[in-house]
Order: sequence, then structure tokens, then C-alpha cells
Amino acid sequence: MDKGLSLKDVTISKAGTPLLSVSHDIGSGEVLTVMGPSGVGKSTLLAFITGTLAPDFHAEGEVWLDGHDITNAAPHQRRVGILFQDDLLFPHLSVGANLAFGLQPGGSAAERRARIDEALEEVGMTGFADRDPGTLSGGQKARVALMRMLLSDPCALLLDEPFSRLDAALRAQVRDMVFDRARARALPVLMVTHDADDARAAGGVIVTLAG
Amino acid sequence: MNRQRFLPVLPILTLVVMLGPVAAGLWGTFLPALGHLPAAGLTGPSFDPLRDLFAWGGLPRAVMLSVSTGLLATSVSLLIVMFVTAGWSGTRPFRALERLLSPLLSVPHAAAAFGLAFLIAPSGWLSRLVSPGLTGWDRPPDLLIVQDSLGLTMTAGLIVKEVPFLLLITLAALGQTDAQRSITISQALGYGRVTGWLKTVFPRVYAQIRPPVYVVLAYSMSVVDVAVILGPNTPPPLSVQIVRWMSDPDLAMRLEAAAGALLQLGLVVGALAFWRLAEIIIARLGRHWIAKGSRGRFDTIVAQGALVAGGVSAIIVLLGLLVLAIWSFAGFWGFPDALPDGFTLRNWMRFGPGTMTALGETALIAVVVASAALILTIGCLEAEYRYGLSFSQRAVWLLYLPLLVPQTAFLPGLQTLMLSIGADVGRAPVMLAHLVFVLPYVFLSLADPFRAWDARMGTIAAALGASPDGVLWRVRLPMLLRPILTALAVGLAVSVGQYLPTLLIGGGRVATLTTEAVALASGGDRRAIAVYGLMQTGAALVPFALALLLPALVWRNRKGLRHG
Repeated sequence: MDKGLSLKDVTISKAGTPLLSVSHDIGSGEVLTVMGPSGVGKSTLLAFITGTLAPDFHAEGEVWLDGHDITNAAPHQRRVGILFQDDLLFPHLSVGANLAFGLQPGGSAAERRARIDEALEEVGMTGFADRDPGTLSGGQKARVALMRMLLSDPCALLLDEPFSRLDAALRAQVRDMVFDRARARALPVLMVTHDADDARAAGGVIVTLAG
Repeated sequence: MNRQRFLPVLPILTLVVMLGPVAAGLWGTFLPALGHLPAAGLTGPSFDPLRDLFAWGGLPRAVMLSVSTGLLATSVSLLIVMFVTAGWSGTRPFRALERLLSPLLSVPHAAAAFGLAFLIAPSGWLSRLVSPGLTGWDRPPDLLIVQDSLGLTMTAGLIVKEVPFLLLITLAALGQTDAQRSITISQALGYGRVTGWLKTVFPRVYAQIRPPVYVVLAYSMSVVDVAVILGPNTPPPLSVQIVRWMSDPDLAMRLEAAAGALLQLGLVVGALAFWRLAEIIIARLGRHWIAKGSRGRFDTIVAQGALVAGGVSAIIVLLGLLVLAIWSFAGFWGFPDALPDGFTLRNWMRFGPGTMTALGETALIAVVVASAALILTIGCLEAEYRYGLSFSQRAVWLLYLPLLVPQTAFLPGLQTLMLSIGADVGRAPVMLAHLVFVLPYVFLSLADPFRAWDARMGTIAAALGASPDGVLWRVRLPMLLRPILTALAVGLAVSVGQYLPTLLIGGGRVATLTTEAVALASGGDRRAIAVYGLMQTGAALVPFALALLLPALVWRNRKGLRHG
């Protein structure tokens, strides 16, 4: 398979004890949900894929993205987008500067500004570019974080319990928005969660890890 | 050299810069102490220097002073801080003390010592305030308060400066010990505040603050500037006598100085061993005390006593600064008037130009040293983050090593060594010597906030395409602006306050505000001392104010960084 994210016999262990093993191909626009109670190392799997695995873990296997082996690539050259349960907007940058941080380099200042305004408009936040992210509501922050990640033009999307901090009403709304955008861009999505609702809503294959 | 290869060697470079001079200095002390000093035409080994040292009549008292002031100052300041924290942490009086912490910390030892002397001397401000009304004195009483032969005033001068330092590190340790819930639980079980704190929180806190407590002990035993200002003269504490021998024009006296330095090292090692032994005994008694289940009957009295002691120690420093300020503007001020006859700018006009020259030298050294320390520290911490090259728990003691080896043990040796290899004393070597003391403080100040930074921010930034350097410069450093500036201010203040390294390694030719102020001590010109002492305090205090002000200005529209 050419397009998509492939995990080939990935095994992660700590101090000789295997934590998890996954082998799966995620095609364009498909979602793989990895479920399991907290503490089984779901987030370590994502850290391995982003290239930020802590040195006390050991990983085997390969990660392929769109036909390239990215197992040993530098984190910033992998083109793998990630969303955490916290928005993690850079607190020292304005909303617009956060988005500009994500936007691939190139284009004139005016063009870049237009791309950012467009992105804000897409999530109903027109005119928010100069705002301090610290003053946004939880739902607004989640939307900015999503758009920042999408502007970086990733080839795959990782979700680390991305909706667990949001309250029930907001949750479904943000969740739909994330999956809609991913499907529209035909991104392979890997989500880890312990929430059955989120897993169902993702609508893809569900892998459950033992605790 | 490219950065990929440069960054991983930074931790090693830092250790060399920090420990190299200490090791070299100890070597340079050891040789002359055994009679080997080719520069003076002497070749060892010989026991003559040690024999001369033990033949010096003042030795027993000098040793006693070093040991007694060190142990007393350390235990009293530790007791005050522990009981104040036990009785009051989280309350309004405690928060008032906390707010005073940064200014109190940044007052240099010498300035605080002068302030204390101006307060409590027989002709000092306190005596003037109550005379002749309460005392009937119309001339200063003939009492030896400052420079008393037991070194009590000197001990007090150390205590008022060590209390804020120990309070600061205790606060840092409290943050990692879940103290509040332990207190709540023990109070629900019927324990008094102080007793509950001592039985549940103290063991965890002490385990964390042990290295800095040892630093306080080693420092108090071998301090020179405070001892010159407040300590007895005949004989002085051992450290002061070592410096006197070092400044003797007769090169042979360096042998005796080296022997004294070796003895000073032995004393500090012995005192640390004694302290460790006391820790073990107190831990055993403490376990017994906990097992007894006593709920504490004297908690209120202990807590109130500690608050008074802590408050008095803070007020002494602040009043000391106030009396320095009054003297610096004083016209004629006869005893027993509470205030001078008039205020004038004449003292500042007279001593101002001299202080400006010294300020320039002080600032140049401090800025270079603190910046170098900051760069090395950030390099070490970033190397740790990128490559997992961290100091192990045991290696953390290496950070404290330059602060545990008494200054008077290795600085004389370093000077002698430089002399014998023909290196010139002066500004650059002084900077290197300052770096030994500045680096640990800058590192300790920045390490926790740097490591506490949410690494997911780095993952996000990398996922958005930022290179490792990009993450550092565009995300991590801006977010850490406040702790970085604070660490820089700490480094500046430590450098400004250095006396012995400036004096010895500068060969008396590098004149900073601190060396100039201490040199004025024997002359007794209060107006000159006041001007220099205030300038010295300002040089240490202004960077702290800026470290608070700048991030607040730069990030005034960034809510997420306002309390970071």
C-alpha cells in the first residue's frame, strides 16, 4: 500500500517488558482507534510515531508514511500532525502567530495572512487573529489547535485522547469537526482513547490493548 | 564546530569550568602547606608550615570561632525557617515574609553586615533612638557589641542572611512534597500544626534541602567579608587570618596561609561529618517521637516565637538598609540624636565618582560571568532534553561541590598556583573564579522551571515542522523568559556579592563595589560605607526588579504567561 500510515510489527517495551504490539495499515481517510485503560502505553505508541519516545523505552518495528520509512526520521521532518487532550497553544504567541507557526513557509506576508484568516473563518472565528490564546474558551482553543495542525499540511493525524477535557456538549461538536476535516483531506488518523463514545464516533477499526 | 557535536559536550565543559579551579586551587594549597613553593625558593616536603601554624598563639580561638559561628548560624537559621514554615505556611503573615524574600535575598552579605553594625553598635541607631530618654546615655556606652570576642554579632549577621536563603529553598522543596494534604490529614488526626508538620512534612523537606543546608554550614564557617566587618579582631576567625597571611608581603607567609587553608578544609569536612551524625541521631529521636503519638502541646508558643524571630531577622536587614540610607545623606549627626541635624547630597557628591568606577568594574564582571553561566546552563539543560544526558541524582552533588569546599581553602591555592605558573592576576581570572560560584546558583535556579516545561509543546512544535533549534528559540526560551531572567539576576547578584575571589584572584587590583566597601570597614567612615553599601545593594537588587518587570511588560497581553 502506498498512501496512508503503516505500523509494521511495532513493539514497545520498557526495561525488557513488552508494553504493546501493533501491526496495522491505516489508509487515506481511515481511522484506527487504539483503546485501553490508562497506563498501558497508548501514548508511547504516538510518541514512537512522532519520534519523541523517551530514552527509557525501547521500540522495534517500522513506521511508513505515504510510501516512506519514517522510523528514524527527525521529528520535525515526519509530517505527522498530533493533537493532545490539552490545546497546547503557545502562550507567548497570538492566535494568528500560533497559526503562522503551523503554516508551511513560503508566500508573501499578505498571502500568509490571508491563509490564516481563511482558516479562522473556516472554524467560525473570524477576527480572532490578534487575540491572546489565554483569553479563548475551551472550544475556541480546540478549534485553533486543530487549524494550526492542519495548516502545517500533515500527511497523517494522531489524536491523543483529544476530546477528554471538553464537556459533553462541546465534545461531540469538536469531535465531528476533527473527523470531518481529516476525511475531507483524506488523512489517515490514529486515535488513542479510553472513551468508548469517542471510539464509536470515529467509525473505524478498533484495537483494544490489554491492561 | 557544528552545534550537533557541540551541545553534547557542554555538560562536560560546564563541570570542568566549575570544578577545575576548585581542584587546581586545592592542589595549589596542598603543596605550599607541605612546604613546597618554588616561587619563594622553597622545596618540600616539610612539616614546617604546619608546625608554624600550630605554634601561632591565636590558633585555638580562631578555630573555635570558625566552628562556633558556623554551627550556631546554620542551626539557628534552620530552626527559624523550619518552625516558621511549620507554623505559618499558607497564612497571611507567611505570605508577607515570602514577598520580602527576593529583596532580602539580593542584599549582599557585606551590605547587610554594615547595616547590622550601624543598628546595634553602642553608637548605632537603636541606641540613639532610646537615648538619652530610656538609657540616660549622652555618649555611646563602652561596650564591645560589634566585633565581640565570641563572634555573636557576626553570627547574627550570618543568620539574617541565611534565613531568607533557607526559606527560599524550603519553599521550592514544599512544592514537591504534597505538604498541604499531609497537614490536613494530621490535623484531622488531632495533631497541632507545628507538630503535625514536623512529623509528616519535615522529613521529606529536609531530604530535599540537605545539600543547601550543608552549603550554609560550609559558607558560615569560612566567610570572610562578614567576618571582617562584624567578627572579632584579635584573633580573627581562621578564614580572616588566612587572608591576612596571604596579603603579607613576605612570600614565606603564604606557606602558613596554605597550612591554615588546609586546616580550614579539615574543619569544614569535620563539621559536615558532625552535622551528618547529628542528623542520624535526630532522625532516630524523631522516629521515637512520632511513635509516641504526642499531639503537641506547645505548638502555639513555638509558632509565635518562630514568627517573631523570622520577622525580626527580616526587619533587621530592612532597618539596616534604612540606616545606611540615612547615613548616606546625613550631615552632622551627633550622639544621641535620633536623626542627623540635616540631610545633604554632599556624601554622594564626594563618594559618587569612586562608586561609579567600582560599579563599572562590578557590572562588567557580573554581566560577563552571569551570561556565561546562563549560556552553559541552558546548553546543559537542552542537551539533557535532547539526548537524555542528565546529571544523575548523585551527580547533583557535583553542583554543590564548589559551594561546599570553603573558599578560603582553595582560592589562596589558586592564587599561589597562578603566581607560580606566571599567569597574571586581573580581571579575566577573576571572572573565571566568579563563574565557579555563579554557575551552581544559576543552574539550580533555572533547572526546575526548565525541566517542568511541558515537553508536549516541543512535540507539537516539531510536528508542525520546527527543527530542534527552532523549538528552543521560538517556543521554549520565550515561554521561559521569566525564569531565565530570574536566573540571570541570581547570577548577577552572586557575582556582585563576591569578595574573596575578587580580592585574591584579582591580586588586589580589581576594585569592585564589594571589595571597596569591605576595605572601608576598618576606617569607620560611616558616610562612605553607607554610600558604597547602598550602591552594592542596588547593583544586586536592580536586576531582580528588572527580572520581574520585563516579562510582565513583554507578556502583558499574554494571560497564559502571567503567573508562569
